[in-house]
Amino acid sequence: MCLAVPGKIVSVHETDPLFRLGVVDFGGVTREVNLACVPEAEVGSYVIVHVGMALSVLDEETALETRREMREIVENSEPV
Amino acid sequence: MFECPVPKSVSDRIQMAHGGGGRLMNDLIRSVFLEAFGFPSGSVQNDSAVLPSPAGRLAVTTDSFVVQPLEFPGGNIGSLAVHGTVNDLAMSGAEPLYLTAGFILEEGLPLDVLNKVVRSMAEAARLAGVRIVTGDTKVVERGKGDGIYINTAGVGAVPHDLEISPSSVRPGDSILLSGDLGRHGMTIMSLRAGLSFGEDLCSDSASLHESVAALIRAGIPVHCLRDVTRGGLTATLSEIAEASGLTVKLDEMSIPVRDDVRAACGLLGLDPLQVACEGRYLAILPGEYEDEALRVMRGCGVSSGACLVGRVEEFRTAPLLMKGRLGVERVLGMPSGMQLPRIC
Amino acid sequence: MQEEVYQLIDYLHHAVTRPWAVMEVCGGQTHAIASLGLEELLPPGLRLIHGPGCPVCVTSVDLIDRAVELSLRPGVVLCSYGDMMRVPGSRGDLLSAKARGGDVRLMYSPLEAVALAGANPGLDVVFFAVGFETTAPATALAMQQARALGHANFSVLCAHVQVPPALEWLMDQQEGRPDGFLAPGHVCAVTGEEDYGRLAERYRVPMAVTGFEGTDLLRGILMCVRQLESGEHGVRNAYRRYARPEGNAAAKRRMGEVFETEDRHWRGLGLIPGGGMKVRTEWQDMDASVRFDCRACDGAADEASGCMAGQVLRGLLRPVECPHFGSSCTPLAPLGAPMVSGEGACAAYYRYKRS
Repeated sequence: MCLAVPGKIVSVHETDPLFRLGVVDFGGVTREVNLACVPEAEVGSYVIVHVGMALSVLDEETALETRREMREIVENSEPV
Repeated sequence: MFECPVPKSVSDRIQMAHGGGGRLMNDLIRSVFLEAFGFPSGSVQNDSAVLPSPAGRLAVTTDSFVVQPLEFPGGNIGSLAVHGTVNDLAMSGAEPLYLTAGFILEEGLPLDVLNKVVRSMAEAARLAGVRIVTGDTKVVERGKGDGIYINTAGVGAVPHDLEISPSSVRPGDSILLSGDLGRHGMTIMSLRAGLSFGEDLCSDSASLHESVAALIRAGIPVHCLRDVTRGGLTATLSEIAEASGLTVKLDEMSIPVRDDVRAACGLLGLDPLQVACEGRYLAILPGEYEDEALRVMRGCGVSSGACLVGRVEEFRTAPLLMKGRLGVERVLGMPSGMQLPRIC
Repeated sequence: MQEEVYQLIDYLHHAVTRPWAVMEVCGGQTHAIASLGLEELLPPGLRLIHGPGCPVCVTSVDLIDRAVELSLRPGVVLCSYGDMMRVPGSRGDLLSAKARGGDVRLMYSPLEAVALAGANPGLDVVFFAVGFETTAPATALAMQQARALGHANFSVLCAHVQVPPALEWLMDQQEGRPDGFLAPGHVCAVTGEEDYGRLAERYRVPMAVTGFEGTDLLRGILMCVRQLESGEHGVRNAYRRYARPEGNAAAKRRMGEVFETEDRHWRGLGLIPGGGMKVRTEWQDMDASVRFDCRACDGAADEASGCMAGQVLRGLLRPVECPHFGSSCTPLAPLGAPMVSGEGACAAYYRYKRS
């Protein structure tokens, strides 16, 4: 049930804040998803979807940053 | 004194009278079933079909189909019934000859749905080179059925002397899978879960006997054949491994699953290795025949995606093991039969 | 990904100098760990404890009994997630209630139940709402939609639970306290890190928010281990791409409008202060417990089967060490919830690690 998977918003159609709906593409499978909790999400955004509702929008910059930080830790530091 | 003829029904739906043995039933049999399956020679309808029998051993099977929805991308309950029955025969290495078809129809079923199902059943049988030789129809009250249930029997000729069975499996055997997993199950489940696939994903439902016949004709001493249906690869291989008393070792990285099928599985919390197919099979055969068998299988349309997915070993730890994506080996248990939509 | 996974594992082997126990409290993470076989690749001193991360598993027998009872009432349709269907209460599970004539329907989202209520004004549609702070916003949204649409036949049997109070409870126990926590990435995507920071400070226990892929999990473990080895304690975040430190304001707001905190009995653990969510008085017309006058039992109807789920959920017992595991307790004939749910620790071990 805790399956929350990332997908890309391909369209947004219904703009009432409570019923804001979008079609999200999960690698070739699409599904209608409620966007009420991610008002900032737009077509092209990646969102985490859980039980029919988008929970969070991907922050791509941060994703790269985390990756870079970890790489630095792993590659540069001398563990004790 | 009075002539009061029963008015001819103009309903476009199945009624209880369609199963009542009277004129309505005869009309249905003629206009729907015989029209599609062909009239028996001499246009005489008997209660049983009398048929020439082939030389040698016979393969006989029976199967029932309760899929919901009745129609899905890539087929419907009618074509599925033919493919499923033909494949059961094919997994003995048999050449399918005759099928029977029993229909349980629910009052209220639109006649055009029945027509579509019966016609695609006839078409699937024609393509498979098998004859539907006899049938039966019953009607149940509205709410007591699910539109259409189909029960079949299949008869085939066994043109070889091989002992195709889990007991023939030996350590060192190669396990070949005829194509990617999960299309049928995910096509059906997605319809029920509000998921849409791109246009090119549909059920893998297909007859497999020609691919199997090609293997046998090529002289490959096949040890075991099994179509990958309910419970998916995991259940199918667990059964074979348990019955053979050996260990089957799979390599996760070599098991083909389409990206969209994998994504849909991810969304619904399903394991693609446990999702049903209706047009995939496993061939277990001696390792030295692996290359040739792959070449033969890949030469047939239904098994053009054939690949090696694992090997049989002496028993250790558990019947079914899999080397995972990070190289760690794990046990695959028999699926516990989670409740899923009906898919076959 | 493969290459990064091996680099991270290699680093962990150098970084760990003492034995540490890190607990994850998310069923999705437990499953990913088991299916990848991550534990086999970690340094010997580093142990992962599979904590109470499956909301279905900790749902009390009392609530399941109420759901079963409601489903058998004429005119009531009881909807819930697939995971919930086979978890046994004291009078069977929801699937057996269905077999006895109850109207039980599997749904992927509470929003589907709202649509069902709209299409069937003559039926009472009850959504059995289970889950952590990940599913609670969707339940809140469903209630708000139902009210906006005037679907008075929609209600919710609320079994929502909250993660931070459970971590607090675990740290207050005498035994089985982990040295560090992997905080659940999607829960934190909603709630943010604040509560976790407070707990890290109070119990001087390092935490790392993380996700569900091999690299995410290993990064999270590494962030915990680095803190442990250097004597630090705080919240690090390996999943910032989706879990912002402040969480999701809109989701938190909706959750707060509809639910408030209450003490809750967690199956296998006990009464957890602040561990549950209940429907606020303003939304009582949609609270199935109130509307249908389901009387609450005490929490005593817990495992009567000899199930040792509580010890498993607290990491005191590994699933394979349980005397019932794989013999008198299997997914087909489960003694307790963790063997039933797709996210339960016992089911994950049964599926992936029986050897």
